[in-house]
Amino acid sequence: MIKLTRKLEFSAAHFYHNPKFSAEENRRIFGKCNNRHGHGHNYVLEVTVAGEPDPQTGMILDLNELKEILDREVTARFDHRHLNYDVSELAGKIPTCEELVAVLWRILEPAIAPRIHHGRLDHLRLYESPDLFVDCSRNGQ
Amino acid sequence: MKLSLTRRYSFPASHRLSRAEWSDAENHRVFGKCANAHGHGHNYALEVTVTGSINPATGMIANLTDLDSFVRARVLDDFDHSNLNEQIPEFRDTIPTTENLCRVIFRRLSRFSHARIERVRIEETAKNSFEYVAETAPSRETAEYEFQEEHS
Repeated sequence: MIKLTRKLEFSAAHFYHNPKFSAEENRRIFGKCNNRHGHGHNYVLEVTVAGEPDPQTGMILDLNELKEILDREVTARFDHRHLNYDVSELAGKIPTCEELVAVLWRILEPAIAPRIHHGRLDHLRLYESPDLFVDCSRNGQ
Repeated sequence: MKLSLTRRYSFPASHRLSRAEWSDAENHRVFGKCANAHGHGHNYALEVTVTGSINPATGMIANLTDLDSFVRARVLDDFDHSNLNEQIPEFRDTIPTTENLCRVIFRRLSRFSHARIERVRIEETAKNSFEYVAETAPSRETAEYEFQEEHS
């Protein structure tokens, strides 16, 4: 099995606030991230697919196709957006890196699956900053 | 899906690789420049990975404030700007290679109460990195460390 990773960047705003918490609790738990005017990050997403290369093309999947999927499903929906207001999949959730990578997995897995004949989405790594990242993979890996 | 969160820290520290019972020549044959008498240093980069489910109230596996203060208290306060051989008790009789450093730091971090510590990865330089991954079954490392702590 061969793995292929494509990297992309998007910029987005967010803040953390749980309406069930008091103002004081929100500040204590979320710190500066609770600032209601929001703040932003340059997110970096690494998308890894795993599979056997097609003997006709030598490829797991066509990188142009992967780029089109990522442009449509990630860049168009997340780049220069506000995660609290502009992304319906995050409604009712705190838009942390953990929640965001789970949303990206649920979007990308079905989008990529029909394009790979002998493989699958293997792994997502989402960097919020160089010092903080989350990994998402299939259960049992 | 399985989720993990990784936080990256850094600390400069010095060390020397040698065995007291070996001759200078033997130490240099095995450890090379790392055996030089007065030691040398690195900017270590430390990655700490935690796993667990997302708490729906916070959207988090672990609050970074909790993780940061735990790593600071358990590791960085002792290791930052230290001489590993002279100042870290675990290295009194253990050679402070980065392999051993991974194990020592994993043990120190293993009792984090907010999430499971899954992995410790250390870059000694941009070219060398080492990692220690938690065993799937309850870790012997953890059990030993807990035992020592309770009896110290």
